[in-house]
Amino acid sequence: MRTPIAFFLVLSGILFSVGTAGVLLRKNALVIFMSVELQLNAANLALVAFARMHGDLQGQVLAFFSMIVAAAEVVVGLAIIVSVYRRRFSVNVDDARELRG
Amino acid sequence: MPLDNVVFWVFAPIAVASAIGMLFMRNAVHAALFLIVDFMCISVMYLLLDAPFLFAVQIIVYAGAIMVLFLFVIMLLGVDRHEDLRERLRGQRIAGLALAAGAALEIGLAVRAGIGFSRHVPPSALSGTAEALAKPLFTTYFFPFEVTSVLLIVAAIAAMVLAQRKAKAVTLAEANARNAERDARLRDATK
Repeated sequence: MRTPIAFFLVLSGILFSVGTAGVLLRKNALVIFMSVELQLNAANLALVAFARMHGDLQGQVLAFFSMIVAAAEVVVGLAIIVSVYRRRFSVNVDDARELRG
Repeated sequence: MPLDNVVFWVFAPIAVASAIGMLFMRNAVHAALFLIVDFMCISVMYLLLDAPFLFAVQIIVYAGAIMVLFLFVIMLLGVDRHEDLRERLRGQRIAGLALAAGAALEIGLAVRAGIGFSRHVPPSALSGTAEALAKPLFTTYFFPFEVTSVLLIVAAIAAMVLAQRKAKAVTLAEANARNAERDARLRDATK
């Protein structure tokens, strides 16, 4: 008897929620970005679990593409954080408020 | 208890605990290390779900490349900086926690309503080896696969453009003046 697929989906949901909490609660832009990565990983886990459930490889292909896009996103996102840091010497998201009315 | 269940029940709590650890670590480096543990646990889940190729990719790309990049940037920006945890928006912390808990509850209910927690698992007709995954990648999904290579090149160039320090433009007159100054210094030195 194998582990029920629903367990993997629940694990993915918990990880996604923890990532959501990280995005909403933390102030360090780098930690917020790491939480977004955790959310992406949770979504990938759900995709792979559904691929296993339906016996269809396309879910794994989609998870693979999402990993590639996440890698590209990390590269650009970290470059943006570095350039913001150069301008105001802070990675705290509360400090970037020039658009405040 | 089959080995499958044992592996799941060992690594799933570690995954959740390390995610929560990442959430509460003050130091960004510690948070990154917890995240690496989390990615490792997720890669084990891929192994359980018959996806050995994604297991390898997860460790190489996420736990390897992406987290090294994160640690590199954390070191570059200074690690001893303390996070200012004062609330700028009143009630933000409570609202954020409530929203995250709500999301978890909603996903749990959706799973229960959708596929249920039945013990019945269909026998695996799946092999997620590199060979099996290469077939759809190079036939059905060939065009998207090539587009991702363009995407990666664009991302690399974008990172270089965004992160480079702007060099000050030098006019010809300034360059000549600087050269003349250097020549004069050399002449003085040889005298």
